[in-house]
Amino acid sequence: MPSLVIAEKCDGCKGKTEPLCEQICPMDIMKLDPATGKARNIAPRDCWDCMACVKSCPNQAIITKIPYQIGGYGAKLVPLMSETSIIWTLTFPDGSFRQVTMPIRKEKFEE
Amino acid sequence: MENEIKKQQTNDKNNQSNRKYSEKLKISEIKKETDILIIGGGNAGIFAAYAAKMKDPSVNVLILEKANIDRSGCLAAGMDAINTYLGNDRTPEDFVRWSRWQAGGLIREDLTLTLAQRLNETVHLLEEWGVPFPKNEKGEYIRRGRWDIDMYGEHMKPIMAEKIKSLGVEVLNRVYATNLIVSQNRVIGAYGVNIRTGDFYIIKAKAIIIATGGASNLYKTYTNDGVDCHHQLWYYPGNVGSGYAMGIRAGAEMTLFEMRLILVRTKDYNGPIDTISVGYNLPMVNARDEQILQKYGGEASPRYLRAKAVIDEWLNGSPPTYVDTRRIPPKVMEDIENDYLNERPSFLLFLASNKIDLSKEPLEVYVSEPYITGGHAGSGFWVDVNRETTIQNLFAIGDAAGGCPNKFVSGAGAEGLIAGEKAVEKISNEKLPDIPINNDDIEKEKWRIFTPLVRYTERISKYTSGQPDGITPQELEERLQRLMDEYAGGVSQFYRINEERLDYAFQHIQLLRKDAENHLVAKDYHELMKCLELFDLLDVAETLILHLKWRKETRWPGWQTRMDYPERNDRDFDCFINSRKDPITGKYEMIKREYKQLVTGDRYSYKPEVR
Repeated sequence: MPSLVIAEKCDGCKGKTEPLCEQICPMDIMKLDPATGKARNIAPRDCWDCMACVKSCPNQAIITKIPYQIGGYGAKLVPLMSETSIIWTLTFPDGSFRQVTMPIRKEKFEE
Repeated sequence: MENEIKKQQTNDKNNQSNRKYSEKLKISEIKKETDILIIGGGNAGIFAAYAAKMKDPSVNVLILEKANIDRSGCLAAGMDAINTYLGNDRTPEDFVRWSRWQAGGLIREDLTLTLAQRLNETVHLLEEWGVPFPKNEKGEYIRRGRWDIDMYGEHMKPIMAEKIKSLGVEVLNRVYATNLIVSQNRVIGAYGVNIRTGDFYIIKAKAIIIATGGASNLYKTYTNDGVDCHHQLWYYPGNVGSGYAMGIRAGAEMTLFEMRLILVRTKDYNGPIDTISVGYNLPMVNARDEQILQKYGGEASPRYLRAKAVIDEWLNGSPPTYVDTRRIPPKVMEDIENDYLNERPSFLLFLASNKIDLSKEPLEVYVSEPYITGGHAGSGFWVDVNRETTIQNLFAIGDAAGGCPNKFVSGAGAEGLIAGEKAVEKISNEKLPDIPINNDDIEKEKWRIFTPLVRYTERISKYTSGQPDGITPQELEERLQRLMDEYAGGVSQFYRINEERLDYAFQHIQLLRKDAENHLVAKDYHELMKCLELFDLLDVAETLILHLKWRKETRWPGWQTRMDYPERNDRDFDCFINSRKDPITGKYEMIKREYKQLVTGDRYSYKPEVR
């Protein structure tokens, strides 16, 4: 179930030696393509769909796609991270969508 | 004469190109020394590092992490719950009785007791570090099922990593630990390779803690029918049994590899199911709406029997099989979906893309490929109560440590706490071992690691298609997984095994190993990592097959089903089966270790304690 990089949104994290998705990917499969200057998934078959790269991308340039072999076409799941919460947007193939906000980190205690 | 000259020229050319390879690879050697080396920066490893630093802040702790510690291991995507928390009405003894029954009566009760005593501590630490836990109006954790509590764990791994970095623990990301250095049965260090730069590490340590997880990827998955779903696994595919393999190669004693973990999972997606079926008490049903777990003791029956119920249904009953979600109130359905977002977010994407509405139709379930783990089942290093292995100063925790199943997140953390403290105690009066590391051994290890890379350059020009003349890691992985699936009881065979097929599997593992040594090619460091993973998987597979062969009974039907020995045989096999591979001769010694019961009660049943 691979992550895919949207070419027009990816800037390869210019100025960094490795793009953030390459830095974080647990399976070591997100790589900067020197030819295009953009990141790509070099081994979609090895992807665990943990979405670490999707969450790390500052440009929201990465999506997770269900392979057609096991799923239908057209749904989307997009996380938006903040310091203390995550907003998930799940879009159904018919265009309807649902949003959920969840805490990811306790607010820092005031001393 | 002419021939001689030609020969000389060819030799020169070869020497030249050999020089070029080494220049091109630019392998630099990095030597390091530390007090405690932790291999694997997942859940267990992080708690071990924390405990060591708490016990003695002056102790140097170094973690080798194959990926990036901020998002590595089983918690990469997050986690939705803690599955083992002792509420006020539970005791460690109660946990032992439950875990014993879940594991078919065979656990190390000494390990389970010491683990249970520290389960809650890990939860309180996680909360202190910043992981949010929902609470009820009385300020208590939200209970779900017998031992589980809710958690907002999406960010738990980054939070944990942050914590230990703040304590001065050194973390080397993208370094694959390749072998232990052992002298006279005492560990003195480890080798590693950086999979981004190729830097070769020689690390000396007073003590080493193995926290590398269990082994995924040994068996073919049934969704392996196309290019994009090979790793559609439940268990983290980066865990390839590297810790087990290093231990096996160093002569450590291993236990219960034959107790494989096979889970009921969402069909095609391999997503977690116990969350909803046990946690929310939803029945498993067949195509005729019959509740299939009734004859196995109900919905919370031991997990090997839960797997067996589904297998039996597909073989002789009325498949497909489902978890019946149709009667869930909408509010509870929302909770369930949120749980999945915290653990396996793409499950909701899977449901949406298949237009599945769980309030109208049940969720189809099937069985997973087998995994080797010490955190769920009992496979792993044979350890003492301090979590020290049979090799001195070498500790093993979490999925790497055997004999103590049903640890899950908090249990792996508890073992980390134990081993971190005990390792500090052990080395408190010890100096770094003053044993020089043999140069020949270093060269041998380098040769073992880097050969596939050199070989690729040598062999790439043979075919015009640009294929190297050799075996790619992907080819070997698929061959190994098919062999294991068909001959060592994978999902396509509904996990059934018999002596003859296991012999076949054992012989073919030897062939595969020779092929791997002589023909594996890697075009870059990423592929080199895959080659190293395969060396490790082959060693784990070999040990696993021997364990499956040695247990000539069926103790965990569903997980370990012998066609030739279908009954449980307490007279001969009510014991642990351990193995030790002699590092010099390569011969295996199989050892039976007796069961020691410390907590009263029938080992094969469970009644919750009432307090």
